[in-house]
Amino acid sequence: MKKRLVLMMALSMALAVPGCAMAEESTETAAETETVSEAAESETEAETDVKGEGVMTHDEYLAAETDAEVVVETYVQAKQSWWEDKATLYTQDKDGAYFIYNMPCTEEQYKELVPGTKIKVTGYKAEWSGEIEISDVESFEVEEGSYIAKPLDVTELLGKDELIDHQNEFVSFKDMTVEAAGQDADGNDVPFLYNYDGSGSQGDDLYFNVSSNGETYTFTVESYLCDKDSDVYKAVEALQIGDKIDMEGFLYWYEGVNPHITSVTAAE
Amino acid sequence: MKSRWKKYLAAGLVLSGMLSLTGCHGAKEEKNFVIPDTFDTAKNHEITFWAKNDTNKTQTDIYKKAIADFEAMYPNITVNLKLYTDYGKIYNDVITNIATDTTPNVCITYPDHIATYLTGKDTVVPLDELLTDENYGLGGSSLAFDSPAKEEIIPQFLSECSIDGHYYALPFMRSTEACYVNKTYVEKLGYTLPDTLTWDFIWEVSEAATKKNADGTYALNGQDVMIPFIDKSTDNMMIEMLAQKGAPYSSADGEIGLFNDTTKELLFQIAEHTESGAFSTFKISGYPANFLNAGQCVFAIDSTAGATWMGSNAPLVDISSDSLQDFETEVRMIPQFDPEHPKMISQGPSVCVFNKKDPQEVLASWLFAQYLLSDEVQIAYSETEGYVPVTSKAQDSEEYQEYLSREGEDNNTYYSVKLQASKLLLDHAEDTFVTAVFNGSASLRDAAGQLIENVTKSVRRKKEIDDAFIEKLYSDVTSLCHLDQIQADGSSGKKELGPLPKTSVVLLTVLGVIWGVILLYLLAELVKKRKYQKENH
Repeated sequence: MKKRLVLMMALSMALAVPGCAMAEESTETAAETETVSEAAESETEAETDVKGEGVMTHDEYLAAETDAEVVVETYVQAKQSWWEDKATLYTQDKDGAYFIYNMPCTEEQYKELVPGTKIKVTGYKAEWSGEIEISDVESFEVEEGSYIAKPLDVTELLGKDELIDHQNEFVSFKDMTVEAAGQDADGNDVPFLYNYDGSGSQGDDLYFNVSSNGETYTFTVESYLCDKDSDVYKAVEALQIGDKIDMEGFLYWYEGVNPHITSVTAAE
Repeated sequence: MKSRWKKYLAAGLVLSGMLSLTGCHGAKEEKNFVIPDTFDTAKNHEITFWAKNDTNKTQTDIYKKAIADFEAMYPNITVNLKLYTDYGKIYNDVITNIATDTTPNVCITYPDHIATYLTGKDTVVPLDELLTDENYGLGGSSLAFDSPAKEEIIPQFLSECSIDGHYYALPFMRSTEACYVNKTYVEKLGYTLPDTLTWDFIWEVSEAATKKNADGTYALNGQDVMIPFIDKSTDNMMIEMLAQKGAPYSSADGEIGLFNDTTKELLFQIAEHTESGAFSTFKISGYPANFLNAGQCVFAIDSTAGATWMGSNAPLVDISSDSLQDFETEVRMIPQFDPEHPKMISQGPSVCVFNKKDPQEVLASWLFAQYLLSDEVQIAYSETEGYVPVTSKAQDSEEYQEYLSREGEDNNTYYSVKLQASKLLLDHAEDTFVTAVFNGSASLRDAAGQLIENVTKSVRRKKEIDDAFIEKLYSDVTSLCHLDQIQADGSSGKKELGPLPKTSVVLLTVLGVIWGVILLYLLAELVKKRKYQKENH
């Protein structure tokens, strides 16, 4: 009897192996959040930013027509998301920024794209609702070199035409005042909303209003760039109307300026 | 403000989940659901409801009110709401949670997605018996609320929730696509807007709208930007064009017909009008509503569920007030090839119930799902966008009829464009169609859109669109969308995987030998036993 049991157990284990292996093939991937602020300690300033052969300068990139093929060398500043072997990145060289949308890369490659990493990207220039970006990337390669941009203070440029010259760059905003973003169910003013109209819940994008020089602007914590566990997400959830704050983030564009904020601190 | 990549991710994630569930079979506890005789009100249940909204706070408020009202009627049931703004994210999360046996109880979804959920074992509860249960079914005698009878669900909408002859969902809301037209521009170009748009009309007017001034601005609007015709959903665009032409897309059992000569002819047509600047897509350029409202578009095709974003007086606007233009907005059916026999897609959210070990918990989930079809919820939710209620009970109600009669009274609840969009579907419900649902149908839909997106992008990048291009496109899209892994019966889980790997052959051989040894051993034991019994008889 014991022999029979042993044989049956061996057989069941042998049969169970492939089933378990398949069940464990989970493909879930969490969007990583790595921002310049978090990597600031390892900041290294590139001495020169000489472009390789056939590579556009930032000015040439800006001058290129929409839908033209572009080749740029740039440095990863933050990673927004990765899925289905495609990455969306905020990148910048010493002359300006390049938003890279859905760049094909493996998860292993994505992990290596830490802030500062130099990459050469070949893709197409595109414009989506005012956002200039590189999409349909045909190839990219990691190159020698590292650069992390320091945030450019653009507070005084808010509301001015020149602001768009810094689209997608890592920027800062100083001494801005938190305004009401909307009202709660009881009609009370609230300092932030989940989704632009409050239709979301924790984990969705955060929207909040800040003012400077009498003008009010809507800023966003993009939940794929900085998720609900990030410091900036929690900081915005803790804001009070009237708070004076400094911020850092990327100057994203959607039908106008729509900064993706990565850091919020009390105004100095 | 709407978000782009959340919507993009949705499309991509659809592919990741597909074909991945068959390995879960047997790993989970059996959960064959049998309807309990009575619902145990003494036992507390906590159920989760994953709900989709159109980034619309009124909709989320309606969900919350529905939950509060339901919990008041069933104090032993607590409903936890999780909000989503796109179907693809729900789909991906469900796929992930099927693998860990942590699915929600009730979930807003598309029938296409349910077909994939069903490749996992005992995942989605078949509703056939629940629908007609005399106590807890639709219009059942033991319900605490006024539920519609099964006959009161619009039959066409209910049939869309049937997969392989079984109901796996209830329709929740229905919408279709509409063409939102800047009538002012159409007339400025010298045309009269017909009641039914044709593709010829759309292309002709769109071409006329591309005319430029000497300074490079567009003659029609004096601006630097003009995209006369933008389509939000290119998968719907291709599917609807093929349906109107009577051309193949897919058969009921999952045979793929998309890659045919009519498709090629349509792609050439789209390429021609892209080259002239008459056409673009949401994925390439942006939301049709934003271009329409900025006076940079003549024809914007989008869901009727997006009607509140359309027009000069739209209650929801995503562009700055100084960009907003004043014009007359008209709502029309999507353009047709045969105006006498119009065809448009039927779409909108459905709701399914996931299986659990405790039948009482499943019954609690079913009660809540069913409550979403009550007049209170149906009428309130349908008024938030250009949706229509899915029950004749709600559609015929005095409250809903009064709502329809007040078109244009304000630019919010009674916003004329929104009500026109709803009426469009109410008037043409019999002209709507759905595509066949099978495991892989979501990917086929994605492929249909991909064809248009790729052609449009390629034209913009000065590439030549010829037979060779289309042939390669068909091959690339087939591979990208894993359509080569879908068999004619739609059972992608049974796909041809080629010869077995050597390790599998070895393993199976070993297993065969073990089985042989076991059988020989048992046989020997049997012989020995009988011999022993014979000798000692």
